[in-house]
Amino acid sequence: MLNTYTYPIFDYVQSAEQREGIMRRHPVVVIGAGPIGLAAGLDFARRGIPTVILDDNNTVSVGSRAVCYAKRPLEILDRLGVAAPLVDKGISWKVGKVFFRDKLAYQFDLLPESDHKMPAMINLQQYYLEEALVAALEREPLADLRWKHKVTAITQHKDHATLTVETPDGAFAMEATWVVACDGANSDTRTMVGAEFTGQFFQDRFLIADVVMKADFPTERWFWFDPPFHPNQSVLLHKQADNVWRIDFQLGWDADPVEEKKPENVIPRIRNMLGEHVEFELEWVSIYQFACRRMQDFRVNRVLFAGDAAHQVSPFGARGANTGFQDIDNLGWKLKLVLDGKAPERLIDTYTEERVFAADDNLTNSTRSTDFITPKSPMSRRFRNAVLELAETVPGIRPLVNSGRLSRPTPYLNSSLNTQDSVDFKGKMKPGTNGDDAPVTVAGKPSWLLNQLGDSFTVLVFGRVPAGITIDHAGVSATILGVDDDFGDPTGLVGTRYDGQPGTTYLIRPDQHVAARWRHFDPDLIRAALARALGYEA
Amino acid sequence: MPLNTNANIADQDGFYSELIESQRGLSDEDAALMNCKLLILLANHIGDRSVLSEALRLAAPRSPGRTAG
Repeated sequence: MLNTYTYPIFDYVQSAEQREGIMRRHPVVVIGAGPIGLAAGLDFARRGIPTVILDDNNTVSVGSRAVCYAKRPLEILDRLGVAAPLVDKGISWKVGKVFFRDKLAYQFDLLPESDHKMPAMINLQQYYLEEALVAALEREPLADLRWKHKVTAITQHKDHATLTVETPDGAFAMEATWVVACDGANSDTRTMVGAEFTGQFFQDRFLIADVVMKADFPTERWFWFDPPFHPNQSVLLHKQADNVWRIDFQLGWDADPVEEKKPENVIPRIRNMLGEHVEFELEWVSIYQFACRRMQDFRVNRVLFAGDAAHQVSPFGARGANTGFQDIDNLGWKLKLVLDGKAPERLIDTYTEERVFAADDNLTNSTRSTDFITPKSPMSRRFRNAVLELAETVPGIRPLVNSGRLSRPTPYLNSSLNTQDSVDFKGKMKPGTNGDDAPVTVAGKPSWLLNQLGDSFTVLVFGRVPAGITIDHAGVSATILGVDDDFGDPTGLVGTRYDGQPGTTYLIRPDQHVAARWRHFDPDLIRAALARALGYEA
Repeated sequence: MPLNTNANIADQDGFYSELIESQRGLSDEDAALMNCKLLILLANHIGDRSVLSEALRLAAPRSPGRTAG
């Protein structure tokens, strides 16, 4: 097979603690250096937590795997300082085509909302993302990334956990105040702590292939329902970087995964799909079965779970890696404050509260897509086909076609950290929602709102910022930013998106989610909301 | 607005006959697919989610013969 990518091999280095036989207590140990574990290490280290990241392997993801990164995860990666090259390298498609049987049912343009720094989504092979995260981690003095370190046992104690770790030099033990397990859907850590992972297994398999096109092919997303080259199943084609195309074939439950994976069986299938005249080469093939399931609680004593280790969804809508980044976004600041003794341990439990809510939202959405793409009964297949037939001539029916709804962040509307509105606001920025981006000017130069928010709590004030006032609670202070005072709103979109009238004040969390908002700047109310957002009981 | 359960179709007999006529000669499969399309079109026309939910409840079998699960 062809190779457009050379897999890096990262060096195993024996740690000082193993060499010297000293038991060390680390504030945080992350298990797994996939996209979520790497992002965790980067987020935690940048927040000032010395973080060890352990991985049992020594390279990046083999094959493209997670290929679609949506706006909110890109904003998180931008906060971590790694988004720009990924967005440059990635592919943004705008035109999507839906085929039903032998013809085009309809095509659509994504038409994403303009004036956000990050695009609605990019397609990029997972290995590029991981490589960028590894490079960023190596520049972070507080991050300690250790390859060929396999965790084989975990013992929980009241205020820490002990890990047994195997390396090429044998086994050693290390302690961690908190362990963050990002070791994927088949998490060994989950098994080691004896946690359940329950939900629905789908009796279906998918063949995924990366192919390199030899000639131009449009940058569009093509989704087929029941095509003549693959009857009764679905097929997805979309573009990644380096002229590599990702193809997902639904195989059904009766297919033989070993046979289907053979290039002599895969290549004719792709040729049938692309047409005889399109030249391509196969780069990577894999088969997977998916499930929709989650842990009951993402915290098991001192071990916290994130990404696929905590929740697994069907691939439709790109909700795997995308939600995993949002787990980390939610967890990093909470860990830092609790480790520093600036917030009660209860703040860590709100990680489960908020991210279980998000996981359930993702599970609902991806299960709905799965039910449309792979109908479970003859009658649901008829309804699906009815929608697809009508979609060709009745534009109003097209929104019912569900070939995966692109991952969007779940607002934590019922979070115990929110202070509910006391007056009406227009727009989407309800407490618990991630703040929308908008163009701003800083000292006359164009920039973006989210880049102004920084890593701490922010009080965003429209109109005049009262002088000489500080907002803090129990040693945590919020940065006060004035729209107009500290940055300009040249398009007025900050005002529109946040319904900002003179005096409107937002308290924004370190993960850029809205904690509370008011029509007037009232220091006592803001301090009370800050205490609540820090996890202190009201 | 609640589901309209009053008589609301002008020329009921004409409509009913048009409905039956529209499927004369169709195979059961084609008729079933047509019914699905009809339902989707009318549901889109109604739009109101509470009306659609009420209609779904009203149309459900009185003693559901569902398989357990």
